[in-house]
Amino acid sequence: MGKVMKYTRRAFLVGAAAVAGGVAFGYYQVQKPHANPLLKDKGDGDAVFNPWVKIDRDGITLITPHSDVGQGAASMQAALIAEELDVEFGQFKTDFGAPSPAYYNTALAAEGAPFMSTDESFTAETMRTVMGGVIKLMGMQVTGGSSSVPDSIDKLRTAGAVARETLKLAASRRTGISVGRLTTKAAAVVLPDGTALSYTDLALDAADLEPVNDVQLRKPSQWRLIGKNMKRLDVVAKSTGTQVYGIDLEIPGMVHATVMLNPRQGGELIGFDASSAKQMRGVRSILPVTGGVAVVADNTWRAIQAARAIEFDWGPAPYPAEMGGHWNILGDSFTEERLDSEWRNDGDVDANVRGAPKVAEYRAPYVAHAPLEPLSAVVKIDDGSAEIWVATQMPRFVQNNVALIAGLEPEQVTVHNQFAGGSFGHRLEDEHVKRAAEIAKVMKGVPVKLTYSREEDFAHDFPRQIAMARMKGAVKDGRVETYDLEIASPSAAESQLSRQPIDMPASADKQLAAGAWNLPYAIPNFRMRAYRALGLAPTSSWRSVGASTNGFFADGFLDELIHEAGADPLEERIRLANDDIARKVLEAVGEMSNWGSDLGSDRGRGVSFVSSFGVPVAEVVEVTNSDSGIRIDRVFVAADVGRVVDPVMFDNMVKGGVVWGLGHAMNCEITYSDGKAEQENFWDHEGMRFNQCPEIFVRGLENSAKIRGIGEPPVPPAAPALANAIFAATGTRLREMPFNKFVDFA
Amino acid sequence: MKLKVDGAVREVDVEPDMPLLWVLRDELDIKGVKYGCGVAACGACTVHIDGVAVRSCQTLAEDVGEAEVTTIHGLGTPDAMHAVQEAWIKHQVAQCGYCQSGQIMQAASLLAENPAPSDEEISEAMSGNLCRCGTFPRIREAIKYASQTMKGA
Repeated sequence: MGKVMKYTRRAFLVGAAAVAGGVAFGYYQVQKPHANPLLKDKGDGDAVFNPWVKIDRDGITLITPHSDVGQGAASMQAALIAEELDVEFGQFKTDFGAPSPAYYNTALAAEGAPFMSTDESFTAETMRTVMGGVIKLMGMQVTGGSSSVPDSIDKLRTAGAVARETLKLAASRRTGISVGRLTTKAAAVVLPDGTALSYTDLALDAADLEPVNDVQLRKPSQWRLIGKNMKRLDVVAKSTGTQVYGIDLEIPGMVHATVMLNPRQGGELIGFDASSAKQMRGVRSILPVTGGVAVVADNTWRAIQAARAIEFDWGPAPYPAEMGGHWNILGDSFTEERLDSEWRNDGDVDANVRGAPKVAEYRAPYVAHAPLEPLSAVVKIDDGSAEIWVATQMPRFVQNNVALIAGLEPEQVTVHNQFAGGSFGHRLEDEHVKRAAEIAKVMKGVPVKLTYSREEDFAHDFPRQIAMARMKGAVKDGRVETYDLEIASPSAAESQLSRQPIDMPASADKQLAAGAWNLPYAIPNFRMRAYRALGLAPTSSWRSVGASTNGFFADGFLDELIHEAGADPLEERIRLANDDIARKVLEAVGEMSNWGSDLGSDRGRGVSFVSSFGVPVAEVVEVTNSDSGIRIDRVFVAADVGRVVDPVMFDNMVKGGVVWGLGHAMNCEITYSDGKAEQENFWDHEGMRFNQCPEIFVRGLENSAKIRGIGEPPVPPAAPALANAIFAATGTRLREMPFNKFVDFA
Repeated sequence: MKLKVDGAVREVDVEPDMPLLWVLRDELDIKGVKYGCGVAACGACTVHIDGVAVRSCQTLAEDVGEAEVTTIHGLGTPDAMHAVQEAWIKHQVAQCGYCQSGQIMQAASLLAENPAPSDEEISEAMSGNLCRCGTFPRIREAIKYASQTMKGA
């Protein structure tokens, strides 16, 4: 039944248009075999022509609309187009393109539908398609949710194939040789006698043709790029200091600005005294912006020094000033009124937790994103137009918000998306771009580069959600019988959208339960409920979002129940697994880690399994309880993404995700006192350092039918695997992150 | 004041206490040197002063004096790379890449002083350089590879 709503070949329609000196192959339309008001092609997408492939006399440009925040999205997207277009690395350049509803993200919305990722039922597929339609209507061009690969894999290959076939048609018209006798190779159409007609030479001819949309995508066995290491396009620039990031931009006539905003996030600026700051060298102007003050100077350091010399009177925070108040809100949120959704209710939990069940409470703190490149943006506002240079995951939001501030229409605002020095969700937010626009509006015609100091970046991060879990469970005859899991947390998506001029659909937020409700285990009695806490500090999506906290809760307590049952942690998880793909991931990590072998004294290993963004991941962590504290020795990871698009990038993302997950679980939290984040810089929010990094062994499995992204899924299992390993080595059960509140790390 | 940067003498008009980082980035437009924390907690701003890795965010302009400042651009260029940069490419270390200029400068300084560092010596030398993307395993491989290639050179 699932097939009914699947894309047909008609779904892939790629327009074409003449551009100066060449041709551009344009956006991809979704059409459905059945009329559906939600899915009907709306005019807004059609009105804008945005290409994926541009060919003119100067060369070939592949447009890669998913932002590159370090995950290699630009290279990956280019490779998908190049796979079908038959161009080689080095024969094209890439460009992030202009913001457009044509680049809406279908995969992210599909993941929001409330079905197990393995569920291919009619209802599940329909809901995913409808959610995709909603995202399309909203025109959300989003990079996030590990969706760049699933969103791109068919669209971009199709765009490449359409361009290739149209260029072949152009060659056929020019030479009189039938299309069937033409081949393509290395950016050229090759005639039967071996003569090569370059794409750039054929571009003008192709511009006059209706694009050939009836294309057949190549089979995986014919792929020459996908599945092999492509050596990403930015590797030389990033090894020689020549990669330009948003913070590095120099626009002629540019001034340097910084801001000091109320550290009680969202609180007002009551007053300030900038009399001494004004006198400082290089300061051009000091002006109020929303929630604080901006300093404009001729050098970033001078702007930051002057900003620090201003005295402020800040208003109170719109959330509890101290952490006790935050935890109280969470503790009080396990109510019928705050119930966001009951995600799972198998068997009869209530009947089976009577008597003396095992109970626990788990906690996870706010955590900062803190990518190494601090927030920055360049904005220039003129009469009737504006330009923005910024690394963003939400180019259309940025465009709309600057238009609102400048009093312009969105199409009068040009966005030049930039390579980002990390993000982890940080650049889904655009408050810094709004502040830059407020300054630029006052300084008409002057490009204003706003750079946050690291301290301001920490103070104004919208951190990962704080969360609390309460669980009850029971075991019987050496087996886990009953698991009642309740989680309370704020909705990061609700907080994010509250800063945008759009309304969030009133529905349950799947991220409140992500990584917890979808345990692929046949536990006879299993219930999972998510509660939405209100009135907490503003939050935002953080690498792996809900699963980053929920995975720790769900798997950590499962490990407790397994120990209570006296069962083996890995064997019991495998026994409980009711999904072949998940079971194979667990079996793989068991084999990789030689599970069950003797580790010697003072050592322990823990296993965990969490599925997020459709990717099941199992991890085994080995630790030593040394004289100087817990040392993480080795980590083994098995993950199933259906198809590994690039083995080196896959390996990099998995190892990075493990380091991210372990490092923050070890030593990171954002705590509020007097309404202000107490952590200011990397010395008190450190993450993992080089000397603490374990050996990490990675295996990508390809059993899943759907092709998935790997940016986030390795993160959630890291914390519970570490907690479970520390329990095995020391007997100390960790139920709250960061773990360095309870144990020392070497 | 005059500064010797990447083999050239540069004249700058800055406060004596302006950190070298900002002299390089905003006054001399040398953008391969990165701002990450401003408090010597991340290592993104690492340059060499007379061949030794230092944090340019904690080095005041007036303290540089006659010393030779080498940035990532002076270490090597895309057309003429240093062995450590070649190793970084061979091992495809970079993800976002923002910390890598500092990592490479730190590693080059380590290898200049100790051509065959042990795992522990590598850990000790590199633990002041943060990488939020978590490229540490590949950095270690690349340093070992560079140690080999430099020995053969």
